[in-house]
Amino acid sequence: MSEFAVDIQNLEYAYPNHSDLVLSIEQWQVNLGERVFLFGDSGSGKTTLLNLLCGILVPSQGSIDILAHDLPAMPNRKRDRFRAQNIGVVFQKLNLIPYLTVAKNIELAAYFARGGSSNKRHTDIAQRAQTLIQTLQLPSRVFHTPVKHLSTGQQQRVAIARALINQPKLLLVDEPTSALDASARDAFMQVLMEMCDTTQTSLIFVSHDSALGQHFERKVNLSHLNTAGGRGLA
Amino acid sequence: MKILVSVAWHSLLSRKKTVLLTFVSLWIGIMVLLSVEHIRLQAKESFNRTISGVDLIVGAPSGQLNLLLYSVFRMGSPTNNISYQSWQMLKQHHLVEWAVPISLGDSHRGFRVVGTTHEYFEHYQYGNKHALTFAQGRPFEGLFEAVIGADVAKSLGYQVKDKIVIAHGIGSTSFTHHEQAPFVVSGILAATGTPVDKTVHVSLPGIEAIHLSPSALQTIFINPQAQAALAPESVTAVLLGLNSKFATFGLQRELNQYADDRLMAVLPGVAMAELWSLMSTVENLLRAIAILVLISSLFGLATMLLASMNERQGEIAVMRVLGAGPLTILVLILCEALILILASLTLGVACLKLILIALDDWLASEFGLFLSHDILSPDVMMLGALVILATILVSLFPGLEAYKSALHAQLTNK
Repeated sequence: MSEFAVDIQNLEYAYPNHSDLVLSIEQWQVNLGERVFLFGDSGSGKTTLLNLLCGILVPSQGSIDILAHDLPAMPNRKRDRFRAQNIGVVFQKLNLIPYLTVAKNIELAAYFARGGSSNKRHTDIAQRAQTLIQTLQLPSRVFHTPVKHLSTGQQQRVAIARALINQPKLLLVDEPTSALDASARDAFMQVLMEMCDTTQTSLIFVSHDSALGQHFERKVNLSHLNTAGGRGLA
Repeated sequence: MKILVSVAWHSLLSRKKTVLLTFVSLWIGIMVLLSVEHIRLQAKESFNRTISGVDLIVGAPSGQLNLLLYSVFRMGSPTNNISYQSWQMLKQHHLVEWAVPISLGDSHRGFRVVGTTHEYFEHYQYGNKHALTFAQGRPFEGLFEAVIGADVAKSLGYQVKDKIVIAHGIGSTSFTHHEQAPFVVSGILAATGTPVDKTVHVSLPGIEAIHLSPSALQTIFINPQAQAALAPESVTAVLLGLNSKFATFGLQRELNQYADDRLMAVLPGVAMAELWSLMSTVENLLRAIAILVLISSLFGLATMLLASMNERQGEIAVMRVLGAGPLTILVLILCEALILILASLTLGVACLKLILIALDDWLASEFGLFLSHDILSPDVMMLGALVILATILVSLFPGLEAYKSALHAQLTNK
């Protein structure tokens, strides 16, 4: 049994119909519960790596074990389910479906994690969503507001709530603060860290803004990790 | 599934304007299709209910359609008459239960005049074996009494005991108005939704009387005994009811080979079917137009969904990350289409029903159309099911587009 949240071996990735490698990582591990700050110039393959880590892209070569599961080897449906149940994702924006309420957005994440089966734990989820919203210092009235009426800062905090609703063991976060002003950014980083502490979630935080690295014990420069020659293609 | 429907519903709400326009176009398309189908079915039924309980129609040889048209639908002109003796022969035939004569050729202000006997009111049946009933008055008894149909009474404003003038010929302004032959309305028939409503009925001697010279008429007024001299020499057609249905074909053959007069016997059902098949071209044309209208609305629906795909790339990517498979995205798009089509169907049926109820009196009085309010006949239900099926087929275009973009969806930082 692996102790790693992420275990990459001899990973290579090239976009379909392109021969140039975008990403080539010989070996990389993230321990369970570890928080990693991943930075690098634009084009260093950050987003491609995230796509591979959550199983939306499949590597051309090598293996990616997430929580001791060989992600690329899974059939598509199983991989979708695994992602829904074990991996939380927060992006720069486009995290939420704008016309649905906060509650519906969170409920939807729980629904897909159950694999579209009956909603027997429905009240459970509503309860947990409420708690998350409170912990993230959002006013409880936003619960039934369509997401598009919230401010960007509020939306990003809802995105964390949504990413954490299924109690994932791995949280992938991609440039979540670039649309926020400085004070909102600090507040965001603080709640994110607190949440990860309480839920013991492994965190991979991607940003080109190395200033944010101060919150992390482990910082990785992807430009060094990625040995692919074709940089700048991503 | 409930949450998927709810997501589809909110997604539609978030695109109110285009969705509303698509909805209206679908609604109109469905209304047109349902109306055409309903009217077609009802017209066919109303046509088929024109006459019932008559086993054979006997007239002079022409064609079976011609005989049917003038004897039942009161359209066109009879080519020839059959002799009075032939009617008497039919009446006394051992296979015949009853024989009702019809004598045509005259009109009253645009409505056909039919010379017949009392038996007409007893044996003529329409629809599901409904006999004729009197709204007011009674059958004609005297020479100068007439029974009028519901439409005649309504459009000319006649009451029982009104005096009317019957003219020779069938135009509404005939040159030889028989001013000297005044009839009295003895009864008004209840509406039937058949050509009977547009008919003036008089006795066979009555028909003869309106063709007499003024002096001869005068004699009859003075001396009622002379009426016996008004025995008609011929009738136009005879409606027959037989003792046994099994004798129908035998009697038909016998009459067609009758030696003393030239006769032709037709089965009303067969002739009606032939007549209706003539109308099937118009029927099919109407149907084709209605179907084209609906298809164009359905393509409008597909276009609307397809056009929304671009702006929904992000939304689809979010769903993918949440763990929705491409198939779920496809189902979501189909859900949206189904919500729209079900809403349009419901509103279409409701509106059609309201319109039918509102126009009920007008359709009956202006066109003699008796349309049932019960739209949800098995045929229309079947049509609804086909519409839903067509919607699913058409929505597969945008659905597959969504499926594909879901397959290739990636987290992008744009």
